Amino acid sequence: MKKELRGRAWIFGDNVDTDCITPGKYENLPLPTLCQHCLEPLDAAFAREVAGGDVIIAGENFGCGSAREIAPRALKELKVGVVVAKSFARTFFRNAIAIGLPLLVSRDAAEKCRPKDVVTFDICSARITNMTANTVLSAEPIPRELYLVLSSGGLFPSLKKKRAKLQGTVGRKGGI
Amino acid sequence: MNITEKILARAAGKKRVEPGEIVQARVDRALFHEKAGPGFFENFESLNTPIWDKDKVVVVADHAIPPSNVYSANCILETRAFVRKHDLKNFFMGKGICHQLMAEEGFVKPGLVIVGADSHTVTQGAFGAFATAVGSTEMAWILAKGSLWFRVPEAYHILVDGRLKEMVFGKDIILRVFGMLGMDGATYRTLEFAGSAINELSIDGRMAICNMVVDAGAKNGIIEPDAKTHEFLESLGVAGGEAFRSDTGAHYAKTFCLDASRLEPQVACPDSMDNVKNVREVENVKIDQAFIGTCTGGRLEDLRYAAMFFRKQPVHPDVMLVVTPASNRIYKQAITEGLIKTFIDAGAMVTNPNCGACGGGGMGVLGENEVCISTASRNTKGRMGHVSAQIYLGSAATVAASAVAGQVADPREIL
Repeated sequence: MKKELRGRAWIFGDNVDTDCITPGKYENLPLPTLCQHCLEPLDAAFAREVAGGDVIIAGENFGCGSAREIAPRALKELKVGVVVAKSFARTFFRNAIAIGLPLLVSRDAAEKCRPKDVVTFDICSARITNMTANTVLSAEPIPRELYLVLSSGGLFPSLKKKRAKLQGTVGRKGGI
Repeated sequence: MNITEKILARAAGKKRVEPGEIVQARVDRALFHEKAGPGFFENFESLNTPIWDKDKVVVVADHAIPPSNVYSANCILETRAFVRKHDLKNFFMGKGICHQLMAEEGFVKPGLVIVGADSHTVTQGAFGAFATAVGSTEMAWILAKGSLWFRVPEAYHILVDGRLKEMVFGKDIILRVFGMLGMDGATYRTLEFAGSAINELSIDGRMAICNMVVDAGAKNGIIEPDAKTHEFLESLGVAGGEAFRSDTGAHYAKTFCLDASRLEPQVACPDSMDNVKNVREVENVKIDQAFIGTCTGGRLEDLRYAAMFFRKQPVHPDVMLVVTPASNRIYKQAITEGLIKTFIDAGAMVTNPNCGACGGGGMGVLGENEVCISTASRNTKGRMGHVSAQIYLGSAATVAASAVAGQVADPREIL
């Protein structure tokens, strides 16, 4: 995971639900096409204009509703750099870690950022800066265990990494 | 400890657990459906490992069945192939909605840890089980390992005492609780329901309550098992389980009290589940569609109360009524009792059991500016179709009354 990244801010309110992130009526579309409707009910321009590394900044309970994993997957597919929210719904939080979509909890980011502000962020140290407004935002560090999963790209890539490491060790010792 | 803490302690092999603590808990039941499975089959196969305990895995095709498009058809095909390959016996196709089948088919017992790749897995808390949701990737993990990490949740105690009025149900209780807590009011927490009104509720009413806790952000909802729970499970031939009770002096982060005797029929107005009002305060809202179904409000008790409204009066000519029983067992009993004939004679469309119109996937998708009243659990923007459509949520009685009146209506004024 690259240390410091930079992107534009997309601001959303409280209770952004997974039905808004990936509306059920588009579930039959392949992921890249489904992504064109990402967050459509709240901001029709988002999917069209979002660029790699951009940052979603939201209020309480981001990702509430259905446990569908396609919601964080769509944001990852759109190359969203990080989702910053006051709080996350628990299934969205778990799913994001499991598939390797970075997220950070910040109590003040939603108040201190405006749409299209340029934001830099570092997931490892949980540092977020609003470059446009020249303000440092507060953020809670991600527990180390979860950071390791995230930085490997998710639960399965991290497991494969662990296995490869284990096999490497065994190999050097000449096998069991 | 409270019930949830006791179950997690048992599943983690510990004497006690504290809120905030992370535990590795053994999973007793793993549930997934045809829309969640295909998201993890590849990951699971890449592990090249057998399923940890095939008897504990329940697979259901329920979301869009019979399929209404090629994507949905492929989801079912992929799921069937996975089921065949791994020789999974507990597979149900088109027999009902997974959360209803979990109970009806005897997979639920008090004290179990039940994890499903669907948010409404929480329904099984109605039987004193710890039931919660995960996504597809973590479901693959469970299938391989049979365990998962959980953060022991803080608990809110929801005490509902007093006698419910006529035409007021479990659904009205949970909607009122939403009004009190808000859509994020219970995030990460367990909601433990107790009190005389909860004891008096039917199993169907209790399931409706626990079903919706996730929509206030809760990790799980739970009700202490009692004679009614055991009687229900015995009728299905289910024995065993461990009926945990909260200790006197168990810790709750907050306690909320609700006087059931003062509760009126409730309705959640667009576009959020916590925008809750007394039905009689919502005046002159004409509806285009009414929907009775889902894992929240498509059970036998719902159909019985709904049918009462259609015995003498038809569905309003401006309204399209869709009735979707939650399972075939319910469907057949409703046929035996003459409820289905009542619905059809009144002008309703009755569909086979499936998730139906609830998620906008089919069997009742809403068009532009269409107004719907539904027994489902969610009314957020675009949930059932077009972004401009508006969804009201109420009990089956309230939805049936509204279907007769052609507008959102208090069931006590229609019957």
